[in-house]
Amino acid sequence: MTASSDPFSDLRVAITGGTSGLGLALVRELVNRGARVAFVARTRERVEQVAREIPGAHGIVGDVSVKEDIYPIAIQITGELGGLDVLINNASDLGPTPLPMLSDTECEDLEHVFATNVFGPFRLTKALMGALAASAREGRGAVVLNVTSDAAVNAYPGWGSYGSSKAALHHMSRIWNEEHASEGVRFLSLDPGDMDTPMHTAAIPDADPATLKRPEQSAHEFAEAITEALPQITWMERHDSHGFSSSASN
Amino acid sequence: MIATDSAVQRPTDAKLLVVDSQRNLIHVPRTAFVEFLRPNDLVIANDAATLPASLSGVHQQTGKSVEVRLAGRHSLDPLDVKHFRAIVFGEGDFHLRTEDRPVPPTPHAGDTLQLGPLHATVEELLGYPRLVSLLFDGNADQIWAGLASHGKPIQYSHMQTSLELWDVWTRIAGPPVAFEPPSASFILDWHVLGGIREHRASFATITHAAGISSTGDEYLDRFLPFDEPYHIPIATAKTVESTRRRGGRVIAVGTTVVRALEAAATDDGHLQSGDGVAKGKIGPATRLRVVDAILSGTHEPGTSHYELLRAFLEDSTLERATSELITHHYKTHEFGDSVLIL
Repeated sequence: MTASSDPFSDLRVAITGGTSGLGLALVRELVNRGARVAFVARTRERVEQVAREIPGAHGIVGDVSVKEDIYPIAIQITGELGGLDVLINNASDLGPTPLPMLSDTECEDLEHVFATNVFGPFRLTKALMGALAASAREGRGAVVLNVTSDAAVNAYPGWGSYGSSKAALHHMSRIWNEEHASEGVRFLSLDPGDMDTPMHTAAIPDADPATLKRPEQSAHEFAEAITEALPQITWMERHDSHGFSSSASN
Repeated sequence: MIATDSAVQRPTDAKLLVVDSQRNLIHVPRTAFVEFLRPNDLVIANDAATLPASLSGVHQQTGKSVEVRLAGRHSLDPLDVKHFRAIVFGEGDFHLRTEDRPVPPTPHAGDTLQLGPLHATVEELLGYPRLVSLLFDGNADQIWAGLASHGKPIQYSHMQTSLELWDVWTRIAGPPVAFEPPSASFILDWHVLGGIREHRASFATITHAAGISSTGDEYLDRFLPFDEPYHIPIATAKTVESTRRRGGRVIAVGTTVVRALEAAATDDGHLQSGDGVAKGKIGPATRLRVVDAILSGTHEPGTSHYELLRAFLEDSTLERATSELITHHYKTHEFGDSVLIL
């Protein structure tokens, strides 16, 4: 498949938590498919390193759990990409490890997990909804992919903070999807499965990596799911409907 | 009219003065806006998000503190952010009217400004001592990061508190290209857009780099609005054509939408999609070719926004409407009440 025939060619994508695990695999996957990608992460050194390693990817330093960071993140995403077609809320917080029982969880730790996994995606999606809806109106389509977990539906002991926050994100996605269907903005809430990532190691240190999915596999599956949720238009149609005459897309 | 001093985009008591096609003046709650739509009407808004265009810093040749307000760009290209037209103000926060600020150091070509993490050089003066062309150091990503971390939205001395980006971004805000908010769109939220659909009307957007509304300098204000780049999506141009065919009205939300649509209109009334630059002023002598009606903030005589409304209404009706706004205590400025001229 040539770059210009891939459904991701010229697509403008933002990914939070883009410097490790699934987020990093998604940045690589989508840049390779010809998307214009902005990624967000907290640590400046890591952001700069990944931006150097993946030419064309726009690195943004910010923390989605911090209210004051949301608009600076949003303005860099839409500023650098000239709009937005796909938002992937991937940044997640597991909470303290070893994973405590819910009744042993400090309230402040629960609040912080929700700040990253629920309020961060809520605020960022809300700030970017205008850009996403504009993309849908122009026929390019718009997708928000919220990364959830089987812990959102199964009651695993020890996964109280993470599981309940992902359940909230999952349900929020379903409501958003109903409310914005008429705008043409689709919301996906997808579980990538148990992957060999730093977060999984923190949660279950003695897991055998050989039994876990590679994040690259999940990134590929997510890209396919986004493709199915987007309108089937040609690269030329997408390019023609593009926001502005931009040297970035020449 | 009363200046609004709180940054609430959709206050529950917001008012709307409707001037209907028979020149009747009708007072309604602003939430009733959609009730005046007819099937096949098209509502068009400006989806520009507002830049944090106010940058504090130091004029390095004199060491004096300044505020720089970004005020114009050549295009909407995301990478074209090295060059900005800008106005230099003396030191002061939003409590101090710009008219009352100390005079800033007179910039010269080649002077440099340190604006937080951003470093800029004065390329040239643009025919007036405080109006300059700036060249920012760094690549586009670095400039966007500097604006995001250091810039603030342009402030207004009539407000109680300083404005943050979330105060000035509309619900439909997309590309960050406006220097001040396209505030007529504050009326819109996702519920209102649903109401437009329920009335079998359509909604579309353009992107227009709304410029600054006032410089605090009477002489400079005469040149407003500056040239402003805009973008008309293909989908919007098509929707305007189908609205015309079905006999619907094109209703512009805000003066910037009128400016962009009329700049992109061909002589026979068609709308050209793509990029352009809106130049010149719209006023009583303008023959509107695309826009039929306007939903706008309330504007006082003498402003460029009021002049634009004169393209929609004869002076006697506009004067009557202005008198009604004053009598009925309508609020004005960015977060004020609205008028709908059908």
